[in-house]
Amino acid sequence: MRAVRHEFPILQQTVHDKPLVYLDNAATSQKPQAVIDAFDTYYRTMNANVHRGIHALSEAATDAYEASRRKLAAFIHARQPEEVIFTRNTTEGINLVAHGWGRKFLKAGDVVLLTVMEHHSNLVPWQMLRDQLGIEIRYIPVNDDGTLDLSDLDRLLAGVKLVSFVHSSNVLGTINPVRTIADAAHAVGAVVLVDGAQALMHMPVDVQALGCDFYAFSGHKMCGPTGIGIFWGRLELLKAMNPFLGGGDMIERVQLDSVTYAEPPAKFEAGTPAISEAIVLGAAVDYLNSVGMDNIAAYDQQLTDYALERLPSVPGLRLLGSAPERGAVFAFTLEGIHAHDLSTLLDEQGIAIRAGHHCAQPLGKRMGVPASARASLAFYNETHEIDTLIDALMHAREVFGYVRS
Amino acid sequence: MSAHDLYREVILAHAQAPHNTGALPDACCKTHRDNPTCGDAIDLHADIHDGVIVDIRYESAGCAISTASASMMTDAVKGISSVEAAQLLANFRAFITTGDALDPALEELEALEGVRQLPARVKCALLAWRALEDVLAEERTEGS
Repeated sequence: MRAVRHEFPILQQTVHDKPLVYLDNAATSQKPQAVIDAFDTYYRTMNANVHRGIHALSEAATDAYEASRRKLAAFIHARQPEEVIFTRNTTEGINLVAHGWGRKFLKAGDVVLLTVMEHHSNLVPWQMLRDQLGIEIRYIPVNDDGTLDLSDLDRLLAGVKLVSFVHSSNVLGTINPVRTIADAAHAVGAVVLVDGAQALMHMPVDVQALGCDFYAFSGHKMCGPTGIGIFWGRLELLKAMNPFLGGGDMIERVQLDSVTYAEPPAKFEAGTPAISEAIVLGAAVDYLNSVGMDNIAAYDQQLTDYALERLPSVPGLRLLGSAPERGAVFAFTLEGIHAHDLSTLLDEQGIAIRAGHHCAQPLGKRMGVPASARASLAFYNETHEIDTLIDALMHAREVFGYVRS
Repeated sequence: MSAHDLYREVILAHAQAPHNTGALPDACCKTHRDNPTCGDAIDLHADIHDGVIVDIRYESAGCAISTASASMMTDAVKGISSVEAAQLLANFRAFITTGDALDPALEELEALEGVRQLPARVKCALLAWRALEDVLAEERTEGS
């Protein structure tokens, strides 16, 4: 993989007089110059509303918006661009399924199967739906090593209408066997939704190979802007389900007593969309393709291997999860030092990590840790930054009096 | 600000061997408080008789800042009246947020001064105090 760190302007700064070591990539990614420039180009040359203006700027903006949709479709191997819906983020994609598909096809007593390792974004929408419709929620358990316990999957799947789970855990780093679960779910006639928020910047994603029916992700976690996300669904399902939000752009015809909805993707894009963000997300895809997702995945693995080799050298460090298939996300506890204190101490060394429950409280409870520290890497991190992290963890132990300084 | 300015010895001493931990099953006033953004939690039990905090204990899961603050808060309010405790609560909140001078009765809590420069950690220092606010309110309701 080509060296890329210098292509990210924000990484060139110092924090508390130390070079910034950004290890909070699971929360949000940084943006390369090419992505930042794309915003500038859009607002300098083509800013206009899409899909309605009959003038040059509107046509340019519409072309760029739809070109971005085609780029995203190709990036995840959608059969056609119409299957790619612009949303705000992963959360909105999941809520779109809960409302658009769930409210139409689920009734009291139907079962939705989730897992214990879900982010709150894939728990709360279903709990809300349970309270409104009377559906039942079941959970696939998590093993001590941070993998899903699929030993009882057939029994858990009895009566299930929808299975929704995370592709790659934002806490454990575990990469789940999507195809295996999707095939088992389809065997009982269930529909499969995958939360891809943590996957897109780390590995090639092919929704056909994964075998799922819906896939949701966020632009800001893949070098793109905040405020834009992608929801992909199989066209026949998108046609069958209800729209989520109502408004302009999602209609065929409106009368005072009736409405006919537009076909997908317009059916799910009510109102003026996040035009610049959608177009800039296309630039982020161009950038990731220029580096090469296969290269990124291989480099990610190198970083992961190096971190897994170095982290255990810190006395008292307990890593959460040791799945064989895992990404560069490392949640851990350090004996005698709470994660928040650790985060403050690392920040003083210029290191950004996350501390807390990582929006996955049931998983924290399962692993027996209400709060943990999390270092999450991306392809613009380098191994010397892992060394800096290790040194800072040793320093934190000194501050807390666990070793003589 | 260096690590040692924030994590002064007195804070680490309280965090590593906190005072007044445990439960008071028969206490009149009990509360549970969470910091939803970070997962810290505290259960605070106060035995308040005739307007005096006779005993106060807590169980918590949290960082050094929140644990030390709870330890020092319970030390400071044990044995005083609930009216005085309410005054100390207002004083500590002003100290940690706007930098007001600390009441001499809260002398030890001066060690938390560094937290003021870390907005993300102010809620850690305030968690136990928000719980104190709950039990004082509960006592007023019970007493009325």
